[in-house]
Amino acid sequence: MIELTEVLVLAALLFCISVAGIFINRKNVIILLMCIELMLLSVNLNFIAFSHFAGDIHGQVFVFFILTVAAAEAAIGLAILVVLFRNRNTINVADLDSMRG
Amino acid sequence: MSITAEIVFLVPELALLILACLILVCDAFSTDPGKLLTYRLAQFSLVAVLLLVVYLYPDDAVSVFHQHFISDPLSAVLKVTICAVSIIVFSYSYDYFEERDTLQGEYFVLGLFAVLGMLIMASAYSMLTVYLGLELMSLSLYAMVAMHKGSGTASEAAIKYFVLGALASGILLYGISILYGASGTLVLPELAAHVSARTETDVLLVFGLVFVVVGIAFKLGAVPFHMWIPDVYEGSPTAVTLFLATAPKVAAFAMAVRLLVDGMEPLHIDWQGMLIILSVLSMAAGNIIAISQTNIKRMLAYSTIAHAGFLILGILPGMRLDVGYGYAGALFYVIVYAIMSLGAFGVVILLGRKDHESDRLEDFKGLAERSPWFAFIMLLLMFSLAGVPPFAGFWAKWFVIKEVVAIGHIWLAASAVIFSVIGAYYYLRIVKLMYFDQPEHMTEIKASRQMRMALSLNGLALLILGFIPGKLMDICTSVLGF
Repeated sequence: MIELTEVLVLAALLFCISVAGIFINRKNVIILLMCIELMLLSVNLNFIAFSHFAGDIHGQVFVFFILTVAAAEAAIGLAILVVLFRNRNTINVADLDSMRG
Repeated sequence: MSITAEIVFLVPELALLILACLILVCDAFSTDPGKLLTYRLAQFSLVAVLLLVVYLYPDDAVSVFHQHFISDPLSAVLKVTICAVSIIVFSYSYDYFEERDTLQGEYFVLGLFAVLGMLIMASAYSMLTVYLGLELMSLSLYAMVAMHKGSGTASEAAIKYFVLGALASGILLYGISILYGASGTLVLPELAAHVSARTETDVLLVFGLVFVVVGIAFKLGAVPFHMWIPDVYEGSPTAVTLFLATAPKVAAFAMAVRLLVDGMEPLHIDWQGMLIILSVLSMAAGNIIAISQTNIKRMLAYSTIAHAGFLILGILPGMRLDVGYGYAGALFYVIVYAIMSLGAFGVVILLGRKDHESDRLEDFKGLAERSPWFAFIMLLLMFSLAGVPPFAGFWAKWFVIKEVVAIGHIWLAASAVIFSVIGAYYYLRIVKLMYFDQPEHMTEIKASRQMRMALSLNGLALLILGFIPGKLMDICTSVLGF
């Protein structure tokens, strides 16, 4: 039988991987978008685990909202990425440094 | 309460939703390249929503839809501010886009949806509604920043804003999920009841609280979560920067108050410590880094960070109503700050021309010779931002510091005053450039009559508010039940 703590540890690990991915990655903006998705999914896992073990449905309803918002977020993120690539011909994170000060 | 009786409390939001959808369709079918119809309809809907909010002004707090949504005087005051500020933002922006022939109807439609998100944040009473309002606002804003499709800096600003904004939402959500797990509820008053009923310290609750505070700090732009602000402010079209710097700040304040004060007041001691660190760091870093800036938008971005520190300082007292007015000072501060920031970016828009953005500090040289009146308006704005008496900005700082002293943090109040004095340097430098330097060119300042009127009123409003701050202060304290 899987315990609540085990699921929470898994979700925390996924969350840490996604945050580390955002800060360590210097190569590609698409990887940033993937990290953001992973982060939202780790939160979903948290919600489902709490909801399941407490026998309360509200957490699972929240997950549906997060999934919907994540879809909208991905759409806008990819649209901005396309605009960026058209202007710069690169999606390298290290090249995004035209503003300084 | 039956569903029809409950829906009455949502009428302003529903009206805005329907109008925004209608305007989206109208804009798609209109052939007018000037987009005058879209602009007028957008302004009309904001005015209509503003009037609806005033008409439905609640005397007591009523929470509807299983306590997910609340209608109370605080939400009404915030909504009036958000709508009023957005109306002026749209009128400045119309001038900006018309001058450059880059007017897109989507600006107004996205702006309306962002305003809808802010209204929901102002009335949110559960963590679910807070999140949904926040995302509706943020997603619209990301798209608005990227609207200049041909501009490299705008798209770079947009991707930075998007990634860091999504990261902030993710961190906030993680905190919310932990709080949900610890308390078993999403509704803020039930969360507060659960927290105050606990007998021993619950590590899980404090763990969740840390993530929520980090998420709020990101959205307010407090140090060390401020990295996105300077780049986004500098890279976006000035009209979008103007929008970003005003109404969303009010909404972020609403979110902070709802989550921390309404939801976690019993954990006051825990979040107070975190907010103290955030506010001192923000005031220090914002005011000191702003000194070395040469771009006015970037300078105002760092000034925003410093003001976010002050705003957080104002939230510190929470509901400590036994010694003072609680967070009423922060409410006063955020309203006055929205007006000041509106005017400051308004002047940048006024000076800008099609071929030249006029966002360097040198562009302000000798403004007093080119246009004495608008140099005077900018002088009012800069004095007010610096907190020179008797302008409204001074009373805002005074009110916040008074509340901080009332809860016994004397050294914190002293450091706030010291950082304000440091900050006065870069505001007064603008005044020096305008009045004591020679202009680089004498190009005439072109602007529509409506823009000139609005900007003049905006500047004078700060002077008038500075002489009679009592009325607004009464409104702010009455929201907390005084």
